[in-house]
Amino acid sequence: MEQIDIAIIGGGPAGIAAGIYGARGMRRTVLFERAVLGGQIATTGDVENYPGFPDGINGLDLALAMHRQAEQFGAETRYESVTAIRQEPPYIILTTDEGEVQAKTVIVTAGAEPNKLGVPGESELVGKGVSYCATCDAAFFRGVPVALVGGGDAALDEALFTTRYASKVYVIHRRDTLRASQILQDRALAHPKIEFIWDTVVEQVNGTDAVTNLTLRNLKTEQTSELPVAAMFVFIGQTPNSDVLGGLVPLDNGGHVLVNLWMETPVPGLFAAGDLRAEAAKQLVSAAGDGVTAAIRAEHYISDHFDHRE
Amino acid sequence: MTHPADTTDATFDADVLQSDTPVLVDFWAPWCGPCRMVAPIVEELAGEYEGRVKFVKLNTDENPKIASQFGIRSIPTLLVFKGGEIAGQIVGFRPKSDLAKRLDAVL
Repeated sequence: MEQIDIAIIGGGPAGIAAGIYGARGMRRTVLFERAVLGGQIATTGDVENYPGFPDGINGLDLALAMHRQAEQFGAETRYESVTAIRQEPPYIILTTDEGEVQAKTVIVTAGAEPNKLGVPGESELVGKGVSYCATCDAAFFRGVPVALVGGGDAALDEALFTTRYASKVYVIHRRDTLRASQILQDRALAHPKIEFIWDTVVEQVNGTDAVTNLTLRNLKTEQTSELPVAAMFVFIGQTPNSDVLGGLVPLDNGGHVLVNLWMETPVPGLFAAGDLRAEAAKQLVSAAGDGVTAAIRAEHYISDHFDHRE
Repeated sequence: MTHPADTTDATFDADVLQSDTPVLVDFWAPWCGPCRMVAPIVEELAGEYEGRVKFVKLNTDENPKIASQFGIRSIPTLLVFKGGEIAGQIVGFRPKSDLAKRLDAVL
């Protein structure tokens, strides 16, 4: 079976940062990505809070630059899904859709997946007006009204981006206060194209070939209404991609992996880092930091448990 | 790695609809970050399916006619054409193995 020193599952900032350190440490490092590189920054516009970029940087450019750096040190990228992880001491065996590999250490940086509303019409109209990525799709809705669901940082960030194209952006939020940071709240509340619809949920997405309108329900008055829009963008949080670790390591109630300060799980040689782990700050820079912490510990683990035998 | 050729509103009929072999069309735009992330996967597949499937890409900003004809409202979108008809549609990110399955299905 093919042997890898450091297998990384997930090509977002945590995984790529781990890849830079793993490969630079001259360990055979392979990054497994099941879809596209970059993780959540691949669908983010500008990043204003990454240290070292006072003028901001495009999220994708940053991800691509990080990935190029990892490859320069010799990290390998494979577009494969890891479907199972099992212990075969002293190794950890990964099953992918292409076969099995034997890893001395595994760093799981699988991140989180956007939540769906779960209302009628939503899944049927994905790609026809329902979207979880305003950065990708907002430009298809020039000069028409659109709706955006959510009240956190991601929701307001994307609402502000969407105003570049749409004639009007309705932000539908189930409460009457926002969770988003003050700076984003101030910008969104002051924006002439953004209108907030408070205490309200989407009951149904209507349309056949394209979204035509949303059925809304006010949670305080219980009144329903119709909102004519051409698109609905959804930003209502994420669920960690911890399924692949099912039964192997303890999770918190939200499905995040419990780790110590070295990103170690109770399984020797198995680490979790980034948004997937419990108590994460869920920031680009902290995810990258997590990945680095895990890679440094993985390097120690390999030299303690394997190098003296070889 | 094989770089897919560009197709346009003007050449789409000849490049795609009249093609003897199945064609995968990658709908993208320069401002679409995730489209840039899909490109390397499409390039890997283009190499693996060389001679059996034709790979082209269409810039939706410069070629709005075709993009609207096929109701593209979300990118990246990949469409697979066989005999001038849509034989498969992939919206957003999917694993490379899923894309390969869609291609195998039309071969």
